[in-house]
Amino acid sequence: MNRAPAIRIADLVVERGGRNVLPGLSLDVHAGRVTGLLGPSGSGKTTLMRAIVGVQIVESGSVEVLGLPAGTPELRARVAYVTQAPSVYLDLTVRENLRYFAALLRVPAERVDASVAAVDLQGHEGQVVRTLSGGEQSRVSLAAALLNEPELLVLDEPTVGLDPVLRRDLWSLFHELAEGGRALLVSSHVMDEAERCDDLLLLREGRIVANEPPGSLLERTGARDLDEAFLKLAAGDG
Amino acid sequence: MTLRATAATSLRVLGQLRRDPRTLALVFGVPSFLLILFRYVFSGQEETFNRIGGPLVGLFPFVSMFVVASITMLRERTTGTLERLMTMPLARGDLLFGYGLAFALVAAVQASLTSAVAFGLLDLDVDGPIWLVVALAIANAVLGMALGLFTSAFAQTEFQAVQFLPAFVLPQILLCGLIVPREAMAPVLEAVSVVLPLTWAYEALSLAVAGETDWRVARDAGIIAGASVVALVLGAATLRRRTP
Repeated sequence: MNRAPAIRIADLVVERGGRNVLPGLSLDVHAGRVTGLLGPSGSGKTTLMRAIVGVQIVESGSVEVLGLPAGTPELRARVAYVTQAPSVYLDLTVRENLRYFAALLRVPAERVDASVAAVDLQGHEGQVVRTLSGGEQSRVSLAAALLNEPELLVLDEPTVGLDPVLRRDLWSLFHELAEGGRALLVSSHVMDEAERCDDLLLLREGRIVANEPPGSLLERTGARDLDEAFLKLAAGDG
Repeated sequence: MTLRATAATSLRVLGQLRRDPRTLALVFGVPSFLLILFRYVFSGQEETFNRIGGPLVGLFPFVSMFVVASITMLRERTTGTLERLMTMPLARGDLLFGYGLAFALVAAVQASLTSAVAFGLLDLDVDGPIWLVVALAIANAVLGMALGLFTSAFAQTEFQAVQFLPAFVLPQILLCGLIVPREAMAPVLEAVSVVLPLTWAYEALSLAVAGETDWRVARDAGIIAGASVVALVLGAATLRRRTP
């Protein structure tokens, strides 16, 4: 990887509610790859993602995104963030939601259709989001992030509650986007998604316990699967 | 700030209201209903109805927009859409002015409907121009919205936000001179009333209703506008891009 990393974090310290959620974390995330951020709930995944998109108050350390400090106004059109809970307007239709976000991102309204198709919601455009299922609502939220084809996508558990077929389709969409040169940081707390990633970041109690492709992780730990690899690392004999 | 983002935000807020016809019916219907009630509570006392009814037409939008705006913004905060907007290319001013435009439009409709009922059906008699009452009603709506957006920052739940109505608005209505003339109040209360924006909103309306449309109305309108700007700036300060 001779390009500058899409995300470069050095000695990041974040406190939330008096607790040291990230006690000093350093990592790189590269463009052109799908990086999985894995770890149990409460390990600091969301906090780390919030720091990357520049909405988290941090104590110290540096977070550089696409060569700029996280939170720089210019990045707001180049980085898309999808929160775990669908952050769309429940009382608007799918199309109304996406048109609004498209207007803010200054992309033509035609992009709405492409986004809807990418998350497989055709036929639901005129439906009020409140009447959609939970999985469909989170796909609307994801569609909003795809509108302007951002250089970095930060997705917090985008596949929770989706059926296996749709999950497979979304992961292939993520890889398509990565092949187009984008960087993707995708969090999950289920290890069976880890093998779909190009790179893995295993987070435990705010610390990185592994940062490598799945294959090398298996090799290094001598584990049969990624679940076992994580357990070995968690026990400290990785 | 861009016109495109402001206009898109206004349309979005109006779209949300359109999907909630019950709220719209309440916003548009309740002031007329209350005026009809006032009219018959004061039947035989036309003078009292005329003195209170006129200013009420202009004060209703303040109250409704305060509630609607604070709940809408609170929802924006609690559902995560505000956090999403804060990661997107949208200036905080776009968001607040977008809200302002949308609610001013709703207030214009509300004030026009209420005026039509008051002056058309209930024979409310005012000496000043009716358009001035409607214009002041719209200005008060913007003031109510701005205060609602600001106070919503201090509510964590919709229950709390609704309680801000009696906590924040009712004292202003009590002290503005509508119920008891300010000169007749205890000096402390009169002094407090001077710094409350609704006092000046009421003064402008009562002058307009009495046909005394002199420089004081312009001064009061200036105070309403100034207080709205201050509340919007304070509101913008509560919209943090970075949160703990």
